[in-house]
Amino acid sequence: MSKLGARSVIAVPYIWLLLFFLVPFIIVFKISFAEMQYSIPPYTELVEFVDEVLTINLNIGNYYYLIDDSLYAKAYLSSVRIAFFATIGALLIGYPMAYAIARADANTRNALLMMVMLPSWTSFLIRIYAWVGILKNNGLINNGLMSIGIIDEPIALLNTELAVYIGIVYAYLPFMVLPIYTNLVKLDNSLLEASADLGCPPWKTFLTVTLPLSKAGIIAGSMLVFIPSVGEFVIPEMLGGAETLMIGKVLWQEFFNNRDWPVASAVAIVMLLLLLVPITFFHRYQSRELEA
Amino acid sequence: MQTGKLSTWSKSFLSVGFFFLYAPILILVIFSFNKSDLVTVWAGFSFKWYGELFRDPQMLGAAWISLKIAVLAASAAVVLGTMASIVMVRMGDFKGKTAFTSMITAPLVMPEVITGLSLLLLFVAMGQSLGWPGERGMLTIWIAHVTFCTAFVAVVITSRLQELDDSIEEAAQDLGAPPWKVFFLVTLPIIAPALMSGWLLAFTLSLDDLVIASFVSGPGSTTLPMAVFSSVRMGISPQINALATLVILAATIAVFIAWWFAQRSLKSTTVVGDD
Repeated sequence: MSKLGARSVIAVPYIWLLLFFLVPFIIVFKISFAEMQYSIPPYTELVEFVDEVLTINLNIGNYYYLIDDSLYAKAYLSSVRIAFFATIGALLIGYPMAYAIARADANTRNALLMMVMLPSWTSFLIRIYAWVGILKNNGLINNGLMSIGIIDEPIALLNTELAVYIGIVYAYLPFMVLPIYTNLVKLDNSLLEASADLGCPPWKTFLTVTLPLSKAGIIAGSMLVFIPSVGEFVIPEMLGGAETLMIGKVLWQEFFNNRDWPVASAVAIVMLLLLLVPITFFHRYQSRELEA
Repeated sequence: MQTGKLSTWSKSFLSVGFFFLYAPILILVIFSFNKSDLVTVWAGFSFKWYGELFRDPQMLGAAWISLKIAVLAASAAVVLGTMASIVMVRMGDFKGKTAFTSMITAPLVMPEVITGLSLLLLFVAMGQSLGWPGERGMLTIWIAHVTFCTAFVAVVITSRLQELDDSIEEAAQDLGAPPWKVFFLVTLPIIAPALMSGWLLAFTLSLDDLVIASFVSGPGSTTLPMAVFSSVRMGISPQINALATLVILAATIAVFIAWWFAQRSLKSTTVVGDD
């Protein structure tokens, strides 16, 4: 390719992503050191140059505030806890599904894969909303259980942490199934045959051969579920009620209800630091896939 | 991996999984035809919620805005995503490639609240210092959607480009075709199905986004998910079930079309391979 042509093919997406993906984070970092004020924009400038005096105002008060008010620490911890157990739940349902799909013949395999993908092509918001109707006090589960006489009064399902787990596993299941499937389908059959020939029972072959070899798929799927779940807003907002504390919801409220942009920025920066390790993990897997 | 007839175990895993995935959707569709105002009590068959949906000017307006943004964002994301894939698969190493791949992979998992907040702060800072964008609305939502959709499109197209046998491209080059001609006459037709599925993926992602659009939208640019979200917050409404059913129907048709295209291109490539 000609040098100029090649350069411009690199430059266009590069500059777009630099400007609209990387630079915004720098601005969030900057504003997390500002102070809230009632004006447009609703934060103070960090650098001022008035009457030949250069003033730099770095306000670490927002971060101090995050440490001081235990609400934030609790929200970060419970977000990580909820995302972690929801990821395990998705893995327990998703791995056997991916395994079964990978073992089907080619035609069935494509149809099954399409069936896994189809729900995620319909609206995320609407799929979460569907669970409101199922889980609420006069919803399908409670009405059903009461009509057959198992319970006398509705059990609280909606607005509980359980509902958030169900919502996350439900919404993110396809993201767990797909990378594990991609990994399992490439598995070399001769390894499994060798193991069987040497007298290894199927369950032992699975544990000692299949499972370790599908590690990359498990990691990719788990990261695709875990990382976005930590910052999830829609699911805890619609299914979790007032008692479920998650950091995505806290950030949303800081921004939209309290209109405190600097504190919202500090919340975002700490969340990003928290997710740096899993994101790097995911990136290492994904860049190997992309550059292979 | 050994393939063939599914074992009973496999069948039961799949049944449980698919029941979990499809039961809520099915319930939603059934109750969209319910006569009663109560979403969970069946009172007879009726189309009344569909009628009400089509008489709701706010929903229709929001749907129109969302469709326009989704078409424009998906189209731009396919162009940028294709360029990004070519950079990653065909350009070899260059300075800053690691940074480039990180900017492609990170948006795939970035929590939406962070992306939304950071883009809003960028637009505000740019408005303050450059005077552009003057106000937030469809344009800012479009930019935000192009940015995160590009990453998804790039992943789809990259995996297709990697499978592609580059000897055909080399042959065209050896016969003296300039690079742009090789791309438009050889590469592009071969990866067209991947472009199509990338476009559809970007279209649905844009149509579906609530969180990022809420941050970067302005007055007068309420998208469909934003309208749905505020109506759901007021309480549950059977009208949303009707909307959901239409969305599910549209998505199913789109997926079948995409699948049909994929099957067809698969067949044509295997025929070429067999010769």
